[in-house]
Amino acid sequence: MTTIVEVKGLTKQYKDVTAVNNVSFTLEEHKIYGLLGRNGAGKTTVMHMLTAQAFATSGDIRVFGEHPFENSRVLSQICFVKESQRYPDVFRVCDALAVAASMYPQWDAAFANDLLDRFALPPKRNIKKLSRGMLSAVGIIIGLASRAPLTIFDEPYLGLDAVAREMFYELLLEDYAAHPRTIVLSTHLIDEVSRMLEHVLVIDKGQLIINEDTDTLRSYAYTLAGPAAKVEPFLEGRQVTRREPLGSFMTASVIGELSRADREKAQAEGLELLPVSLQQLIVQLTHNQGSSKEAGIR
Amino acid sequence: MSSLINDDRPIFAQIAERIENDIIDDVLPEESQVPSTNQFAAYYKINPATAAKGVNLLVDQGILYKKRGIGMFVAEGARSRLLEARKEQFYEQYIISMLSEAQKLGITEAQLTQMIKRGAMLK
Repeated sequence: MTTIVEVKGLTKQYKDVTAVNNVSFTLEEHKIYGLLGRNGAGKTTVMHMLTAQAFATSGDIRVFGEHPFENSRVLSQICFVKESQRYPDVFRVCDALAVAASMYPQWDAAFANDLLDRFALPPKRNIKKLSRGMLSAVGIIIGLASRAPLTIFDEPYLGLDAVAREMFYELLLEDYAAHPRTIVLSTHLIDEVSRMLEHVLVIDKGQLIINEDTDTLRSYAYTLAGPAAKVEPFLEGRQVTRREPLGSFMTASVIGELSRADREKAQAEGLELLPVSLQQLIVQLTHNQGSSKEAGIR
Repeated sequence: MSSLINDDRPIFAQIAERIENDIIDDVLPEESQVPSTNQFAAYYKINPATAAKGVNLLVDQGILYKKRGIGMFVAEGARSRLLEARKEQFYEQYIISMLSEAQKLGITEAQLTQMIKRGAMLK
């Protein structure tokens, strides 16, 4: 696999706030990544630095092997669709698309027109007059039709209804299959996108706490339920993210893979084993202070 | 999203299992062509790489094989081999857990045999 993004020790300091703290990761060619985390975790700051819209305080960024700053060779390969993209006041939808067409060498005008139809966007409409959802659709169309080798969507669907979001996912997968490229999706709607993601990066309080293949994460944690007297001994020596007692009954969430012997032991003890979805896992890991330490909730 | 796939287990394993089921049910007879990974991806709305991982799992096991430039096909003898493996799984998944539940309820082996016979009559 070819590495197209290499980030080492990336840090962004704003006065007394460390927005991004010593983050290192790589992105490979032709993969779909999820960049996940809570609001204010530092996701957008990372994306801004990747796309040369913000300076790093320290650390090194290479995109397609080069520094992205004022590097048109690199920047023409990156399409960054922002949550709150602004356009000049006089712009109509077609003007925004024309500018994008001139920026991205792989721009597919026919595809862009097809997308305009699908999202029912009037091309001559002034962008200022678009609804929030329609404005998001403009960003999505640009992101898809640019076919940029690195395409980043940062919460691209504010105001888009479930039908339009579903359409976005379908179009993204379809076009990605036909024209493979690296895609980064940053979103809160983890359950909606988790199946499309090949690899997941989770940022919490400026730090990268998960950098793992999605399929590995699916068997990364489990929930155990049963009589507390039987659950407790099982938890010994394991990484527990949540304990929820109910009388003499207890539910606990545990990180770490289950061995076959564990599974048989749990079954023999009459304990219930339940899987943990990606969204639940990330909620548990980013819920409180210690990102991966035992969480003493309640 | 398609409810055929759930988010609890690795998706590639679920894709492999669905293909296995189709082979066992003869929906995908031996020597027939399996849909492409992109077709799986579009159908289940999953990442094509994940679909490929599921397909490759079966290639590694010799259940599917690749015809260069054409696609994936079901190997000869795949069905009988899958049935063998599934019988072993059946023992572990159903028989073992049935016995432990029976023990919990105080059901004797004789009573269990009786119940199986009663169930079989309904079939």
